[in-house]
Amino acid sequence: MCAMRPEPVHEPGPDGPGDPGILARPAASRPGGEGPRLGDEGWKAVLTPEEIRRALTRIAHEILERTHGGEEIVLLGIPTRGVYLARRLAARIGEFEGTPAPVGSLDVTMHRDDLRLRPARALQRTQVPPDGVDGKTVVLVDDVLFSGRTIRAALDALNDLGRPRAVQLAVLVDRGHRELPIRADYVGKNLPTAHREKVRVRLAEIDGEDSVLLGEGNQ
Amino acid sequence: MNRHLISAGDLSRDDAILILDTAEELASVGGRPIRKLPTLRGLTVVNLFYEDSTRTRTSFEAAAKRLSADVINFSAKGSSVAKGESLKDTALTLEAMGADAVVIRHPASGAPRRLTNWVSGRVVNAGDGTHEHPTQALLDAFTMRQRLGGPGLTGAGGTGLPGSGVDRRGQGLDGLRVTIVGDVLHSRVARSNVLLLSTLGAQVTLVAPPTLMPHAVDTWPCRASYDLDAELRKSDVVMMLRVQQERMTAAYFPTVREYRRRYGLDAGRMALLPEHAIVMHPGPMNRGVEIAAEVADSDRSTIVAQVANGVTVRMAVLYLMLGGMETAE
Repeated sequence: MCAMRPEPVHEPGPDGPGDPGILARPAASRPGGEGPRLGDEGWKAVLTPEEIRRALTRIAHEILERTHGGEEIVLLGIPTRGVYLARRLAARIGEFEGTPAPVGSLDVTMHRDDLRLRPARALQRTQVPPDGVDGKTVVLVDDVLFSGRTIRAALDALNDLGRPRAVQLAVLVDRGHRELPIRADYVGKNLPTAHREKVRVRLAEIDGEDSVLLGEGNQ
Repeated sequence: MNRHLISAGDLSRDDAILILDTAEELASVGGRPIRKLPTLRGLTVVNLFYEDSTRTRTSFEAAAKRLSADVINFSAKGSSVAKGESLKDTALTLEAMGADAVVIRHPASGAPRRLTNWVSGRVVNAGDGTHEHPTQALLDAFTMRQRLGGPGLTGAGGTGLPGSGVDRRGQGLDGLRVTIVGDVLHSRVARSNVLLLSTLGAQVTLVAPPTLMPHAVDTWPCRASYDLDAELRKSDVVMMLRVQQERMTAAYFPTVREYRRRYGLDAGRMALLPEHAIVMHPGPMNRGVEIAAEVADSDRSTIVAQVANGVTVRMAVLYLMLGGMETAE
């Protein structure tokens, strides 16, 4: 059966330079058995709830600066955790400017380049604000920027929804190791990592608390 | 997902809900400026139709094309089948052409199951004889959940975005009362619906003249009744089946007029239904036989919605069967 939610651990995908034979398997059957859980040995907090809050506040200000007061912007979160981050950014922009920013979600599953390397995945919700994206400045929001392949898929998915005036990218964590010429416009934290390490973003809305964790690859 | 989709009974509750949830997301593609997704690019879907069909064949074709698959239509009329080629030889021909999935409709019950032995691609049953028509049952379940799902039905809540309306994802059809009326004996739609709807938690009642009720109906996961009026009063959904004259080899009822009087749905009978209830029909309809024109054209009728939902549900099935990695089974 397919995983109902995308695996929140950002580790080398099946297309990464890791051992594809092992990594192509679903997370539940990964050798070594027990999946990583909070509190397990080997996970280190790299962002506290306060730091996440401050980073999002700063990004919201930066978005307003770069887009001249948030004129004609649309925030599109990439499921699952990008959607919650986009909503938090939209709420802050609403606080600062008085008018809430339109917010939606963009599922990129059908546009991924690694679909055939994993079992078919459940789709997440795509929801575009009623005014659409034509002529708007779209800010894509995701939790972790890694290979850049998710963003590549997001750009393709966006292409089918309309023609934005510009597309920008906001991420909570940039962990490096890009495999495509993609960069973020707004970064919460630049996190130097080894390729085999894992980054895990936990958000209060679904995980009960805010934190960003760094774990060692268990190979 | 299973490797093939032959019977609605092969689907677990989780499988069925996954298909409905996937279809829910894919429904939005129909409203976009570009109604196409790149997901199945480079894959070939063969529509192998040994029986006449407009709705199902075009629906599968539209679904495959919206997912960017290449579609080859193969109908028995005007092909080598008319020259006497066997199903096996046709299958081997398709296999040699590299079909990733074969959508088959066949007058013989069990033909799709046989086909799975001869082709390496996935097989989707699009109706075999009087046996099953699983994608029709899926689109019927999808339509029921769309029209009647929501807070009333039990569900897992989910993550509704602001302004998203009701989030039906993760929900089955628990407690829904569905009455299927008419030629149950010859109906693959009824068979697939009974299996799928009971898996999803609905209570299904079959209503038919005694001559058109299958003998072993007591082994099916549903109730059977001969009294339409009594059942209509306690139904959330009434599904009218087509009287399949082409499959009737004997006299099952005296006259069409008598059938209509006892088992046809007209405006008077529709008034017996609870206020929220919907009227479904898998098509093609015999207006004036099992369903009156005024009922078919009423607000309660979901017949047009069923056709639209057919495309999205079949997209979901094709995506889940072909979109991912070949799993070792």
